Amino acid sequence: MNGRGSVLLLTAPALVLMAVFLIGPLLAVIALSFTSYQLGAPSLSFVGMANYIEMTEDATVRISLANTLIYVGVVVPVSVGLGLGAALLIEADPSLRGFYRASYFLPVMATLIAMAIVWEFMLDARFGAVNMLLRAMGLGPYDFLHDRKLVLYTLAGIGVWQNVGFNMVLFMAGLTAVPRELYEAAAVDGAGRGFERFKLVTWPMLGPVTLFTVVITAIRAFQVFDTVKVLTEGGPNKASEVLLHTIYAEAFNFFRNGYAAALVVVFLLFIMALSAVRLFVLGRSRT
Amino acid sequence: MLVETQARGAVRIDGLAKRFGDTTVLDGIDLDIVAGEFVTILGPSGCGKSTLLRIVAGLETETAGSVSIDGAPMKGLAPNARDIAMVFQSYALYPHLTVAENIAVPLRMRQLTPMQRLLGLAPRAVRGSIGAEVQSVAAMLRIESLLPRRPAQLSGGQKQRVALARAMVRRPRVFLMDEPLSNLDAELRVHMRAEIAQLHRQLGATFLYVTHDQVEAMTMSDRVAVIMGGRLQQVASPDVLYRDPDTLAVAQFVGTPRINVLAGGRLGLQAAQVAVRPERLQAHGLGLAPPPQAGQGIEGRLVYRENLGSDLFLHVEVPGVPAALIARADPAAGETFAIGDRLVLAVDPRHVLSFDAAGKRIRP
Ligand SMILES: Nc1ncnc2c1ncn2[C@@H]1O[C@H](COP(=O)(O)OP(=O)(O)OP(=O)(O)O)[C@@H](O)[C@H]1O
Ligand SMILES: [Mg+2]
Repeated sequence: MNGRGSVLLLTAPALVLMAVFLIGPLLAVIALSFTSYQLGAPSLSFVGMANYIEMTEDATVRISLANTLIYVGVVVPVSVGLGLGAALLIEADPSLRGFYRASYFLPVMATLIAMAIVWEFMLDARFGAVNMLLRAMGLGPYDFLHDRKLVLYTLAGIGVWQNVGFNMVLFMAGLTAVPRELYEAAAVDGAGRGFERFKLVTWPMLGPVTLFTVVITAIRAFQVFDTVKVLTEGGPNKASEVLLHTIYAEAFNFFRNGYAAALVVVFLLFIMALSAVRLFVLGRSRT
Repeated sequence: MLVETQARGAVRIDGLAKRFGDTTVLDGIDLDIVAGEFVTILGPSGCGKSTLLRIVAGLETETAGSVSIDGAPMKGLAPNARDIAMVFQSYALYPHLTVAENIAVPLRMRQLTPMQRLLGLAPRAVRGSIGAEVQSVAAMLRIESLLPRRPAQLSGGQKQRVALARAMVRRPRVFLMDEPLSNLDAELRVHMRAEIAQLHRQLGATFLYVTHDQVEAMTMSDRVAVIMGGRLQQVASPDVLYRDPDTLAVAQFVGTPRINVLAGGRLGLQAAQVAVRPERLQAHGLGLAPPPQAGQGIEGRLVYRENLGSDLFLHVEVPGVPAALIARADPAAGETFAIGDRLVLAVDPRHVLSFDAAGKRIRP
């Protein structure tokens, strides 16, 4: 068996699975996006770019896209920053490492829908723990989930809570990979502690991990859906409408599957762009 | 410009001990290093060499005892406040900085304020002087052409030079080096050995050099401090260490091939153990050469001939002695010996080292 033949043979199972479960459906979605297909309808017709043109004029899509970008814009820097900070603090004092790691990682493991219900109780305008706390400080009350100005940031806060632990674990793994001698060299050179050491050794050595974390978090944030579906349904008045929820509503509330497929294509383009950024930057840093 | 005129960097290590939890890594180390001396810390792996060096550097805190440099106690001083420089086994270059930036780090840390470093601003004069220092050190080590490169684009030997340059640029009183050559291939190691020794002569600073390679220790140092099991065995010039070891352990650790060890009785001596260097054993074919004096010849059978070109080592199996004895012979003369031959090893009593049962040297 020659090298090429065996490569093909060995990758064949994975390729077949990918074709059946990933590429096939993807092609189907792309094809659907050029039709007026409606779930359950007996026929469908080719409509060309109509779905995509409609999208550009659809106010809901525009709001939903803007909201998603704001959501990503808040969740990514905050959860990456907090994750890094938590990892650095835990590294600095490893005595309670296990406890912190578990408590930060819990939200990652927990089923988000169940957690969303807990959040709903916590954020309740009258009886929620958060508002009680604020009242004790002389603030509020705020109706976090029904106030048009607050709702998106409330969801972003939950998103941060959900992502910090994961990011922290990634950074902790990254920190263990920093050679000890580099820290020692920094100490001898006069950058032994605090910010100087972070700037000279830690941060540059965490570069690849940080990039990976940012991209992963961005992709995860882009896919925000569970909390929106359970807590707000995109409301009030579309103030928390996000892309996946819009797609969901078009497909399963209004049965406009052709249009939803077009939205999916756009959504996937965003995700692919993010992945491409990662591949591009990682590929470049290797040379 | 970098040559120090006034010798400084006398290191005094006093009753130093280090424990990690229950394990004692170093115990009662006393070592006085004269300013400008090249002292090598030699010992087998895990004996605590690096730990000792790291305590001198301030990277590790001592459990007991003290370190002082030029009379000033170092206790509690951060590494950068000790006026030392360290070269690490892995070179420890900052991978994201160019060679020039790497070398400049100690100077930037010392000469710029935190604000200037943060904003990347520096007074023109300071920037100029840092640049000039980097240039002059790079010239000394012949790495000027490498200055714009990053560490990933360098060979092992080049990285080593950059690490040396970064250590030199701050003109420390004491250079600490932890097995700096162990990641290089054999040929380059020999070359860098000479280069570091020459650098030492040029700079006149104190060098404290850790290695487990006795050839490095013997060829480079003014004095060698042998550590075993966390205790200082002997501090002496390479020559004395080889000829006149204090303990059997030192005698066995220094020198290749290893020194021959026998029970004292084999040579008719009182000592519990005696040791003879291979070059002090004279091999004679049984019956051909003049018979050696009684009590000073050891009879055995040749089991292996190790021909290094310049030297021929004869491995001779002697009944009742666990390891084969090794005798050096002239390769030309050794032609006459064949494996399986019976030989007599003649011993000159003046070159027999005697040790008591605990391995301590018994001197006449
Ligand atoms: N931080 C630490 N905690 C516990 N034990 C340690 C620590 N650092 C070193 N040791 C132990 O101390 C002993 C001496 O270590 P050290 O690194 O000084 O040895 P070494 O002589 O430099 O060895 P090598 O030639 O392999 O580098 C070893 O047994 C090691 O396991
Ligand atoms: Mg070591």
